[in-house]
Order: sequence, then C-alpha cells, then structure tokens
Amino acid sequence: MSSPDERSDNVPNELESKTEGGVSRRNFLKGTSVALTIPLVAKSEKIVKAAGADVKILGPDKIDITLSINGNNKTAKVEPRVTLLDALRNDLDITGAKRVCDRATCGACTVIMDGKAVYSCTVLALEAQGKKIQTVEGLEQNGKLHPVQQAFVDNDAQQCGFCTPGFVMACKAMIDKYPNPTPEQVQMNLGGNLCRCGTYAGIKAAVAQAAQQSKGGKRNG
Amino acid sequence: MAEYKWPEEGKRSLIGKRISRVDGPLKVSGKAKYTFDINRPGMLFGKILRSPYAHAKITSINIDAAKSMPGVKAVKIIQDVGTEIQWAGDEIVFVAAVDEPTAEDAIRAIKVQYEKLPHFVNEQNLDKVPATNRRPPTEQTKGTPDAAFKEAEVVIEGVYGNDVITHCCLESHGLVAEWEDDQHLLVHQSTQSVSSNGGDFARGLSIPAGNVRIKMEHIGGGFGSKFPVDRWGLEAAKVSKMVDGKPVKLMLERDAELMVAGSRPSAYAKVKVGATKDGRLIAWESESWGSGGPAGTGMPPYPYVWQIPNSKTQHHSIATNVGPQRAWRAPNHPQACLVTMGALEDLAAKIGMDPLEFFIKNIELTGARANVYKDELLKAAELIEWKKLWRPRGEGAVGSTKTVKRGLGLSIHTWGGGPHASDCDVTIHPDGAVEVKLGTQDLGTGTRTAIGIVAAETLGLPFEGVKVLIGDNRFPPSGSSGGSTTIGGVSSSTRRASTDALNELLAKVAPTMNTTPDKLEAVGGKIQVIGDASKSMTWQQACAKLGTQPITARGKQPGKETLASAGVGGAQMADVSVDLETGVVKMNRFVAVQDCGLVIDLKTAESQVYGAMIMGICSALYEEKIMDAQTGRMLNPNMEFYKLAGLADIGEFKVHMMTGKGYDERGPIGLGEPPTVSPGAAISNAVANAIGVRVPTIPLTPDRVLAALEKKGGANAKI
Repeated sequence: MSSPDERSDNVPNELESKTEGGVSRRNFLKGTSVALTIPLVAKSEKIVKAAGADVKILGPDKIDITLSINGNNKTAKVEPRVTLLDALRNDLDITGAKRVCDRATCGACTVIMDGKAVYSCTVLALEAQGKKIQTVEGLEQNGKLHPVQQAFVDNDAQQCGFCTPGFVMACKAMIDKYPNPTPEQVQMNLGGNLCRCGTYAGIKAAVAQAAQQSKGGKRNG
Repeated sequence: MAEYKWPEEGKRSLIGKRISRVDGPLKVSGKAKYTFDINRPGMLFGKILRSPYAHAKITSINIDAAKSMPGVKAVKIIQDVGTEIQWAGDEIVFVAAVDEPTAEDAIRAIKVQYEKLPHFVNEQNLDKVPATNRRPPTEQTKGTPDAAFKEAEVVIEGVYGNDVITHCCLESHGLVAEWEDDQHLLVHQSTQSVSSNGGDFARGLSIPAGNVRIKMEHIGGGFGSKFPVDRWGLEAAKVSKMVDGKPVKLMLERDAELMVAGSRPSAYAKVKVGATKDGRLIAWESESWGSGGPAGTGMPPYPYVWQIPNSKTQHHSIATNVGPQRAWRAPNHPQACLVTMGALEDLAAKIGMDPLEFFIKNIELTGARANVYKDELLKAAELIEWKKLWRPRGEGAVGSTKTVKRGLGLSIHTWGGGPHASDCDVTIHPDGAVEVKLGTQDLGTGTRTAIGIVAAETLGLPFEGVKVLIGDNRFPPSGSSGGSTTIGGVSSSTRRASTDALNELLAKVAPTMNTTPDKLEAVGGKIQVIGDASKSMTWQQACAKLGTQPITARGKQPGKETLASAGVGGAQMADVSVDLETGVVKMNRFVAVQDCGLVIDLKTAESQVYGAMIMGICSALYEEKIMDAQTGRMLNPNMEFYKLAGLADIGEFKVHMMTGKGYDERGPIGLGEPPTVSPGAAISNAVANAIGVRVPTIPLTPDRVLAALEKKGGANAKI
C-alpha cells in the first residue's frame, strides 16, 4: 500500500519533468529478444531492415556486456532478456541488491544508475551498459560506512535485513537530491520500498540522522 | 565464583541497555549473505513446474522436450501420473539448468495434462460451504451459558472475521543443496530450524543424520513458515545427486512463495456475548469456522484472554483447495483476539460504557496476569491520551470532521514464550578471545546480538569482546526459532556456559593472585578480588595463564536454576481516521505496552514490537490472500496486489516495555509473537468507534468500510 515513487524513471528518455506529485509508470521490459538502436558490440548481433531503417537485433543467444559497477568495469555473457539485477546476482556475484517481487513493486533490488535510484529488476542488463551503476557494496569508503548506512545501524532500521540494501540505496539517492527531505519527500522517495519485518519507524529515524549529517552537502537535484 | 542467576539491575553493564545489533553493519553493506545470495562453483538453477489447477488428477506428463534442451541438466518428476493435486501451485516437475532463463524455458517445454476435479476455495460464508468440505463440528461448554444469557441484561450478536493472509517472507523459501560425496550432503537453507533439519534431510534421503550439514548465516524472514525441509528441499537434494552432486539452487518465485509456502488460516465467528447492565461480563457463545487449506484448521482459543464464566463454543473446520497453512506468528491468537475483543467492544458500546472502563471492570476475568493487564491498559491509555480524546461510538473522537471521523480502539493479548532446549559452547582462548557457539538462527529478531550481550555481561567484557557463531548444525544444538522460545533458550544456555567457563578461568588464576576463586569476579575487562579493584589483572593477563589449552564449557537449557519463564501480557491502543466518503482508514497513532520479563537488549526488543505493530497494520488494513472461485487460483500472488503497508501508511508509534521489579526476575521471555496479536483487534475497534458500525472482517479495505456504513442499522450496527 505504498505510494509510487520516482523509481521508474529508470527508462531512458523518461521525462525529467516527472516530479514527485505524478504517478510514475511501471515498465515491464522482460522479453525473449529485444531490438535496440543504441550501439552495442555483440557477436550474435544481426542487422535487419525495419520501417526502412537498419535495426540491430540482439539475441536470443548470449551476448557480451560490460557494466560499470561501483567504478569498475565488469564483463559478463548474458542473454538480452536478463535483467540488471540477475546479471549482478547470478553472473557477477554482487548480491547486495535482492530479488523479492521481481516486478518493480518492493524496491529490494534498488541500485543507483547515473545518480538515480532504479529498480534493477526492471532494467535490462544490456540497457545498463554505459551507465554508472552504484550498488550497496560501493557505499563504504576506506572501511567506513556511509552516513546513511551508519544511520540504519544506529537506529536499528533493519531486522531480517533483506529489504535493507534497497532501502539504503533509495535513501542515499534521496539524501543526495534532498539533503533535508520533508516528510512528504521521504514518503515519496522511500514509498517504493517495502519491508516485511516492519522497520519503518527505525528507517524514519535513520533518515533524520542521515539528513542531519549531510547538511552542507551539495545539492545535485 | 560467578553464579547463574541474572545480575541485579544496578549491576548490569550490558543487559537491558540499548545495543545496536551486531550484524547491522553487514546487513547495511550487502555483505550479509543470505541463502538466496549463495553462489557455488558449477551451481545449477532449479525451477519447478506447478499445477495450474486447484483440484485435478494428473493424466500425462511429457518431459522429453525439456530434457533434450541445451543447458538442461536434470528433469525430475515430483508428482507423477495418477496423483490427485489438492491446490494450485503444487509441485509437479523439477528442472535444473545452467542458468535461470534456460530453466524457465525448460519448464515451458514440459507438457502436463490434467483431469480437472471440482474445487472449493472460498470459505467466508459458512452457509455456502459444501457438506463434503466440512469436518464434523466440535463443541465445548463451560458453566451454564443458557442460564447466563437469561440473566444477561445486555446481549450483542455479531459476525467477526479474519481472512487468510500469507507470510510473504521477502527472502522466499529455498536452498542450495550439494553432495560432497555420495553420502554427505551440504545444504544452505533459509530455515528457522538449523539444528534439526539435518536429521529431516537424512531421513528423507536415507543417509545417516550426521552426514547432513546445514548452514545459514542470515535469513530474510520466516514468521513461522520456514521450519520444515519441505518437499522441494528434498527434491533439490535428489536432483543434485542426479547431476553428480553439483550444487542446485532452488529459491521459490514470488508467486509460488505466496501460493504454497504458507498462510495464516482464516477465522470467522458468529458471536453472542452477554453482560449485566452495569458491565459485568457473564456469557459467551460462538459458532466459528475457518480454513487453513486441505486439512482445515482448529478452533482459535475463544473467548480470548477473558475467562468468561459461562461459554459455549462450536467450531467447523473447513477443507479448501488452497495451499496449506503454516504457523504464523502467534498461531490462532490474532484471529481469536479480533473476534473476542471486537465482540467485547461492541458489547461495551451497547451498554454505553467506555471500553477501557469495561475492560478494567472485568479485569479479574483475565486470570493470573490481571494486575499486569491493568497496569498496561492504564499506561497505554496515558500514552494515547485516551481520556482526553475518546468519545462514545459514532460521535467521533476529538479531532473528527464531518467527513473524516477519528476513533480509538484497544485490545489485550497474551503468549507463552517459554525457553526451548538449547546447548551452547563458550570457549575462552589463551589470547583472551571468546567464542560462543550455538546451532541457533537469528530471524532478524536480534538473537545473535542477545547471545553476545549475555556472554559479554557474564564474562565482564565489552560487547565487542565476544564472537558469536550461529547458523550451523555442527554447533551445539538449539531449538527451532518458533513460538517466541528462542530468547529464553539461548540466553539461558549462554549464561550457564559463560558462567561455567568463567569459573574454570577463575580457578586457574586464583592461585596466582594468592586467593581462592570464590573471592574473584569478572568486571570491566578485568578479573579482580570482589570489591577490591586494586587486586586485579586484565582479562588478557588472566587468559594467558591458560597456557596453550583453551577452556570450553557447555551450557544447557534446561539446566540448574530457572533462568527463563513463560507467559506475558500486552495492551495496544490504536488511533485512526476514517474517511466516510472513500472508506479509507488511516493510522494516526499506535501505542503498545508490552512485558517480556527481563529485556536483554532494549533496542532490538523495541524493534520487535514496532515490527509486530506494522505487520499488524498490514493484516488489519491491506493483506488478503484472494482466491478466485472460478479458477481456484490465487488472484494476487505478487506484491502489487498482495498489499503490505509502506512507510507512509503507519502513523506515529509509542512503545513502552514493562521492566523492573515484578518483570525482570522472571528472566527473558519471547517477544516475537505477543505484540503481533492485538493490532487487528485494536484497529478494528478504533474503526468501529470512529464510524459507529463494526466492519466485520479484516482487512478493513475501503469497500468493506463503505459496505458497513451503507448497512448501518444492520446486524452489527447502532449498538
């Protein structure tokens, strides 16, 4: 029963003007093969004519992809239908982002892509190429927890912890954008994440602590 | 010499303080590895083909196409031709393949034919339940209910109900199974039963119990649904054997998780309850029914908490073609609580009494914990400002507008939560390091943290001075985590093991300090003469006296002296607003007052209560396993239509733990279940108080609120 948030701004060309007041789209991008016109290098790519233009066809066989994750380039061989989430978890063994609903409802898979929180279960891995992807594993600096992470620990904003990486990433993206979020901004920006153990009271307290510590941080939103 | 008994309040350095959970940093950084995160070399991915029908006989299965697909390593029929399937989603064929997409394709390539049989999935209306789906009713009578109802000056009749909900663990059920050789199985499993599941796997696979290793560092929710190894667990192990022992990972898909991996049974009841006109509760009668799937379900404890002197109950267990029930936090209590507290609040409204006054007036009927309940009700009333804000039913509490009515509701609950059996090994190394080992599991309740607190407190060390190792069946066995039995069990065994280990250490160092062990204590990282800090040595210096041989002591629960007990009470009060035009219920505030004996970690204890209240809001307002009568399938096996509360839906909370004299001396008592019991009742009562009519069944969705408003004047209204 949560509010939709800005998460589904993960799709290229989604209007920047879509703000927190609006209802955002759910995008279901899983398919067995995908046609894209963005430049990609892949062995199995074919070119066909469609509507008078050359269109590259990828798949259904595996293709080589390169993803920029936490500042490092990682390569994998995946079918075009594989999501960013599954590529991270199954092919790259980066398992912080969790698979729970697998259809853009619960936020457990949240990562930050080019500065925005996205549901990685609803982004295709090949589509995430060329973008800066940050996962929960990339937040610690020199062995020190990010202030958002520390705030989650201090305020016991976690129980089983399975939703926690998604919440931490959604919270981090929010604080980057709104260093002092209003209660409405918190509800909107974290409204796309669900917890089953019931840690929302702790999460609200964690947001307050993290916002306090980020004061003076520069606004990039 | 150190003693087993818990230290007095003034002598506790860690117990009862606010300590952050020890695995918090791992969980916030993605380093905590759950079963779902386990990737093993050469691992195959398992998927299961499930029955689309709620009741059907399998007439043919063709797996040839799937078997011949590249990347498919094993296809195994779980239920063969001729089997009668009893619920949609039941397992038919297991596939293992090199990656998930291939496994999914293979599932699609399997052809199964069924002979459809009649199904029944909607038990809400007792009159419409076919005779074949009813078990013979059970009846119980206490006192003289018929005479008591004649004596009663005020009687209400109403219907109250709880729909089926599911556990919806965020980490679905599953495991990674692999054979280390043809006799030894290694299983990473998401389970509430680390110590006992090895034996269950072994029985199912006909190998010695000691040959199965179970490991689980972290678990993404269980709530009572993750005790067994499950048929799919055994099948994963069998399929692994078919592929030369390669690891096979099977994690249920979200739809399967909601369809087949557990649910809380429904509970409906027609209730008649009577009192004298001055509010003395004297008679109860209920005809109840409910279902937890093909095996039906037993009667919740009606009437709940209140030992009404005269009562008559009749219960119908209903069989449905729905995935079977599993234990769900405080089995049967939330349902019984809603039915009972709802009927009592309706009765108080008809008498014209404030329900708080009505509860207090009858408080002796709650039995041995009457004083606890009374104290808790008064504390909760103070925290929610009951006297100031509450108004009689239908008037709207203070702050109501013409179209948005505010209401207050209350409820009380109980639970046992006594200690389970638990063994614990505490090892003190010559370098001062301390390891605590138990084959228990931390469901997110803070078990790992609590064990560390008890061990460190006992040894006079800082919290960081002990290392807690759990989640492995090679550690000393500890009970399954269910029924709120874990904290009593593990804290008792840890306390005894730590005490015994310390006493061995004291015996070693006493001669070097020219004293006897009975004159020594461990405090603040030192071993010192009791009451004389000048005669001391550091923990490290003391441990160095061990030479090369560490000390290991085994502590057991049960054991000498009683360190934990059972039986708690709690009170909750909800403050809601109901929009009369839309039927939407909004949580304003929610107060819980809870006792759990001796609190080990106040921070995680409060988190348990917060979490229980939020989970309670989910089931009171949003959650429902919706079954389609036509197809027999669950209509919402996903998380967009199986609704959970989000951060914006919960309102403000106040949690008060009853501690100190009268509570602490009972030792730790489990807290996972009790606070989950009352929310549905408290919220339902608050809604009735706000809008002047009972919405009979939870979840209190807008359509039901509007229907109840429309029917005002009907069976439950204007009372």
